[in-house]
Formats: sequence, structure tokens, C-alpha cells
Amino acid sequence: MSIIAQDEPGKEFLLMGNEAIARGALEAGVKVAAAYPGTPSTDIIENLSRVAKSRGLYVEWSVNEKVALEVAAAGSYSGMRSLCAMKQNGLNVASDFLLNVNLIGIKAGLVLVVCDDPAAHSSNNEQDSRLFARMADLPLLEPSTFQEAKEMTRFAFDLSEELGIVCLLRGVTRTSHARGNVLLGKLPPIDPQKAHFDTTKPWRSQPIAEKHNRLHQYLTRLQETFSASPFNLFHGPQHPELLLVTGGTGWLYSREALEILRLEDRVGILKIGTSWPLPEKFLIENLAKTDRVLFLEEVEPFLEGNVKELAADHADEIGPKKFFGKKSGHIPVFGEMNTDRVIAAVGKILNVSYQARDAEYEAQAQEAARTLLPNRTLGFCPGCPHRASYWAIKNALQMDNREGFATYDIGCYALARGPAGYQVLKTGGAMGTGIGLASGFGKFSQMGFDQPVVAMCGDSTFFHAALPGLINAQHHRANVTMVILDNSATAMTGFQPHPGIGKSAGEETAEAVDIEGVCRAIGAKVEVTDPFDFEGTRGKVLKALEDPSGVKVLIMRRRCQMLKDKEEAAPYRVWIDPEKCLGEDCGCNRLCTRVFKCPGLIWDQNAKKARLDEVICVGCGACTDVCPQGAIRKEAPKN
Amino acid sequence: MTAEKESKNLIITGVGGQGNVLSSQILGQALVGKGYFVTIGETYGASQRGGSVMSHIRLSSLKQLSPLIPRGKADVVLGLEPVEALRVLTGYGYRDTVVITNTRPIYPVDVTSGDERYPEMEELKTALRNLSRRLHLIPATERALEMGSPILGNMIMIGALLKLNFLPLTAPEFAQTLKRNFQGKKLESNLQALETGAILIGK
Repeated sequence: MSIIAQDEPGKEFLLMGNEAIARGALEAGVKVAAAYPGTPSTDIIENLSRVAKSRGLYVEWSVNEKVALEVAAAGSYSGMRSLCAMKQNGLNVASDFLLNVNLIGIKAGLVLVVCDDPAAHSSNNEQDSRLFARMADLPLLEPSTFQEAKEMTRFAFDLSEELGIVCLLRGVTRTSHARGNVLLGKLPPIDPQKAHFDTTKPWRSQPIAEKHNRLHQYLTRLQETFSASPFNLFHGPQHPELLLVTGGTGWLYSREALEILRLEDRVGILKIGTSWPLPEKFLIENLAKTDRVLFLEEVEPFLEGNVKELAADHADEIGPKKFFGKKSGHIPVFGEMNTDRVIAAVGKILNVSYQARDAEYEAQAQEAARTLLPNRTLGFCPGCPHRASYWAIKNALQMDNREGFATYDIGCYALARGPAGYQVLKTGGAMGTGIGLASGFGKFSQMGFDQPVVAMCGDSTFFHAALPGLINAQHHRANVTMVILDNSATAMTGFQPHPGIGKSAGEETAEAVDIEGVCRAIGAKVEVTDPFDFEGTRGKVLKALEDPSGVKVLIMRRRCQMLKDKEEAAPYRVWIDPEKCLGEDCGCNRLCTRVFKCPGLIWDQNAKKARLDEVICVGCGACTDVCPQGAIRKEAPKN
Repeated sequence: MTAEKESKNLIITGVGGQGNVLSSQILGQALVGKGYFVTIGETYGASQRGGSVMSHIRLSSLKQLSPLIPRGKADVVLGLEPVEALRVLTGYGYRDTVVITNTRPIYPVDVTSGDERYPEMEELKTALRNLSRRLHLIPATERALEMGSPILGNMIMIGALLKLNFLPLTAPEFAQTLKRNFQGKKLESNLQALETGAILIGK
């Protein structure tokens, strides 16, 4: 049984921050949960989907984040507590509805969890979603520990329901995607509540001025009540020489930094859990204790700007302050927070020196890092169909020889920005952007544009945001080749189903929407190919590039190897015949290891020939067609 | 690491697909079960496989620690891949760090493509030794292959780690938690790998 559904109040478990959020939602009696997957938020809905049946929930992977928020809102209007989760980019997509539902209001508690990815470990951008809370005039909570992630989620439902507005909860990679101790609370009994929309009381944003004004009244009220919130705390001496104002991950890093520097009796920490609106009285009381303030937060100077604004309003009560943070250059304006960043900033302000290691060790470590550590550039997994797809596209673009290029959006296949996909991707980045950009490029022939454009898109992305771009391209007869890499999964985030698959969250079956049929209905020319058929695929790409009339869709279909690993035995035993491989003398320029770059193919430094790494190879057999000497051999196992 | 130290920092490092995240999680579950505060922070790139993966595992009997170990504060580095052990050591190691590493390289494509160099095993060992108090080399992948699957390398390494008594956790206690995560044949081979690791490290 999933830990998050265990009815054992008082028992302590190791939970991921996202699991703690899911548990908090269950303890709050959530009934509906919807999301589109995105690291570091995915595990919230993933965990809820596993207990959907036993806890009587409706959980879905929605087609995109805006629809997810709308589904969750429908849950709320039907009288059920609802949760919606997404990563930072997702909130951009959902923001159109967010900036309406804030005015419309909600019925049963509706909590929107957004998980930011500072340092962009698994993202195409670095973004601070807290700014949306201020834009939408909605309350925002930020947990600093795993326990707090659970408690805040519970509280967010109560607050949302009490005020009748959406409540936001912001996680980051190191709170959502890290693990720590969580003490479980009580689960409510499973309530066979009837979902019903009360048609006598419509939900809408009108009258807008009145609704907007009401939001500001709520914020003013919350500024007061948040001052007594247990999520905000002061830690340190009565009159600190320096006050660290922080939230989220900054609390634990700050505590540790002061311990390492032995400055706990000189420096104070003000941990803010209610990031918007700020707890006014609590802040003013604590700011009055000190002359110097350092802000520690991830990503933008959100607390920094808002606390300064408050300090300006109360200047006569608290006196002048010296502020340090991102603006002063004491904290970098990009990347993640960590204990070392806190140490560096505090050390600089208080003139305290700190060396993590002695000079000799440090010098040796840096020398080893400089001379002995090869990069480990991200690439496609062994057996990945995308490598084969890009191999065909690269070769076709080369043969076509008109400086053709590809545009992209988000997914594993976007790794082809780098050497993994032979650098064929030149521009893109947001969901559905590949086809949107291509739709533009494909219209500029009258201005002399004569390069072929290939729009790359994943199967899950196709449904999420690529459809409007495709319709735009078809409607305007843009000269575009759209490649849909159909690997039957939202692979990058851990194989969540999408509308093209006959599965939903949990065990439920779902209606599969046929990508090919949708493209044909729009009026595009459609072909389907198996990317492991190198020659056939390359020919189909070339044919599409040469055809100047409108939108050509090429679906490259093969299941993700990671799914195959789970379900099927290796199809082949693959080996390299050392007699046939001519090594450096071949003239192929080490095509298999230098160019094709499957990690299963390695270079034997002593023999000066290619070799197979049996630990890495998954036996897909795709590479056998790459070698001009036919030295890479495959054999189906005899049963 | 000294016995009186209240908190302990361990980094398990390797390459995506080696079972790093799951073994960290099971270790963490077992330690929480024994009443410790455990924090695990994982760092990995944007792909399922092939990139460097590192898990920071931190325990304390007093409080929840932050999800990232500060520079130069790793007491033990457990390498599922030798270059990755060195990579972690150059940032998080200090004089007293103990290193236990698998000896089997997984070559980055940057190396197989001829663009970069993978260090000779002797150079690698010297560097690991210079940057640690003790170095234990374990041929985990070779033994795992003999046992039928390279993925068992992670449990062999955990078996070796537990045998060194750095963590307040015995192999039988860990095995109890393992039993909640695996069943049948998988459980059997993982338990066997755990024992193999303990034998390989000796003592």
C-alpha cells in the first residue's frame, strides 16, 4: 500500500516533498486532482493517482496545465476540494485561466501547486512563479521542510475555502524533489459526497471592479492574520547584527551556514512561509531588531523587493536599514541557493573568513577536476528511437543540402540541441513552439526564404500545445515538414499517459485519440515510419523536404526503450566482429562512436577498434546499419 | 568520520540507470525507521540515462538538515562509477572522506567519440587515494554480471558500505526495508548482492 494513503497518524516516514504535498491533500479531504506532468512537480499527481481507487478520488493527467486548472475548478464548483499541480512553465500556460478564476472565486478549497526549477536542472527556463501570486492577488505559501509541505497543503485548502479564492503553494526542486521526515496526520473518512453544481449561483468574474476590490480586501486581511502564522518564525539573538530574511529552501541552508560559521549568537533568521501577502506586523517587529538585512531566496528578488516596499512604508517606525541580496550582488541573480552561497554572503558582510578545505587539499582537488574528469554530456538512452530518428533527419538534411534545420519544443527529443541529436535543432523551447516557429518560417518564400524547415514534436506535446500551430500552418499553407516522434509516452517525466494512449492516471482505461487521424482531419499529408528503418525514414524525410506544397506530417513511431526494458527481453544479441572492424584505418571516421554516439558502442584504446559495452547495450540492433563494413552484428536469440 | 559526530553526510554517485536513486531511498527509509532525521537531495540531468547522478544522503539525530551537502563536507562517497566518485570528491570531499567505489567505468559519449579522455585506472586510483582518508575498490559490476544482471552492482556497493559501519544501520536492518520494496526473485538476488558486497570489502 502506498505510504501516502496509510491511516497511521503519528507515524513518521521518509517522504519526497511532493509525496508530502499529496498526503497533505489527502488529509485535507481532496477529491479531484489534475495536472500535466513536469519536473519537479510530477510526483504529486502520480502519487495521488496510485490511491485514486482506494480513496475514491478523480485523478487525471490533463492535456495541458490550463485544462488541468479548469478541471480542478470544475471540481471545486461541484463542491469537492480540488488540487492542481504543475511546473513553472505550466503556470504560464494556465495563467490565462488563473487570471480569471482569481476574480470568479471558487466554492470548495482549490489549491494550485507550482514547482519551480531553479538552475533549470530539467527545464528550458529559470522562472520565479511567485510573481504570479502578486499578479493574481492570491495568497501564496512556501514550505521550507518536508513536514511543512504537508501542513501547508492542508492549511491551503482551509484558507482557500474560507475566503473562496484559489490558494497557491510554491515548491522548488530541493523541497519538492528531495526527501525528508514527515509525521503523518489523520486521514478523513472517505466521504461518498454527491458532486453537484448549484445553478442558482453562477460563478463569474463580473462585476469585475467589485471582485478585484474584494481580492485586495482579502490581501489586507491576510497581511494581518499571516503575522500570527506558525509558518513564519524568527530564530536568533534579540538584537542580531544581521538578519537573514528567507523562505523555501533558504531556511535550512541559513541555519546550517550560521552553524558552520559559528555565528548563531550574532545573526538572526526570519523564515517567511506566507510569501504573499507578507505578514506585515511580524516583519516590521523583526526588522526593527536590526540595521542590516540579507535576503536569501530562489529565483527572483521577490521577498527582497516586497520587504523593502514594506520597510519604506514603515520607515518612521523601524528606521533606516542596509539591505543586501541579489540587488547588492551578495547573492547571484541566477541558479540555486545553497549553504555555500549563504556562507559567502554572510562572510562578506560580517568580514568572517571561511575555507571549506585546507589549501593543499583544495589545490589537489581542483587539479584532479581540471585534468581527470571527462564531461558526461546528456544523450539519448541506449536503444532510444530518437537517436535513429535524428540520424535519418540529419542525413536527409545533409543530402538535401539547402541549409535546412529543425525547430523544437520540450521533451527528451530536445536533447538534439547538442551532439546527441547531431545538433539539428536550431531554435525553439516552449511547448508547441517547434511547429509555431516553422509555421512562420514556412511562409517567407516570397521574401526569398529557401531553407527547408522541420518542426519536431513529441506525442504528448502534440496534444498539449502543437495542435494550434499545426492548424495555423495548414490554414496558411506554410511549407513545413512536421515530425512527430511518437514513443507512446510522456517519457521525460516518467512515462505518464497522454491522450494518444488508451490509458489514464491510475488503472483506468481511456479513449485513445489517434494522432494520425487528427492530422489527416486537419488536411495535412501524413506518413508513418519506423525510425529503425534508416533508409526508408530518410527517404520519407527527403521526399517531404522536396515537396513545397503545405504541411507534411511524418510520424516516426517506436516505443520508448525504457518502456520496452520494463516489458520485453532484448530483441538481439549484438557484437562487433573485430576482424571486420577496420578501426582508424577504415576511413569511416569512427562513424559508430564519433558520430552515431550510442553509449553502448565504445572505443577500445588498445585495439584501436570499436567494441560493444555489454553492460550498456540493450540489444536494439539499430547500430548494425551504421557500420559501412558491416562489422556490427546482431543475432536474434534462439528459443 | 568520528563516532561522536552527530550528523553524517553520504553521497551516492554514479550514472543514470545504475539504481542510485532507489538505493538512496531504501537507505533513507531504513534510517528514518530507526528514528533519525534523514534528508535526501538528488541531482541529475534531464535524461533517464547517461548523465551523472548524485544523491546527497544526510542524517542527524537532532534535526532536519538541508537537501544539499555543503562543499567539503561529505564523510563518505559511494561511487557506482569510478570517475563519478572522483567528480564528487573534488567538490564535496575533505581529508577524512572515505571512498568506496565500483571499479567498472561507464564511458561518457564525450570519451567514446574521441573528444575527451577517460583517465587510466592507475591515475584514477591515485587521485582518489590522494583526496581521501581511505579508498575501497570493489569490482561490483563484474560480480553483478556473474550474478546475472549489472543492476545488482548498486546492492553490492550498499552491502560493502554497511559492512564498514559508517551508518547506524546493520545489513539485517537494511534487508528488512528491502523486503518492503522488492519481492520474489528480485528480492532474493538483491539480498544475495548485499551479502556479496559485505564479503568483497572484507573485514
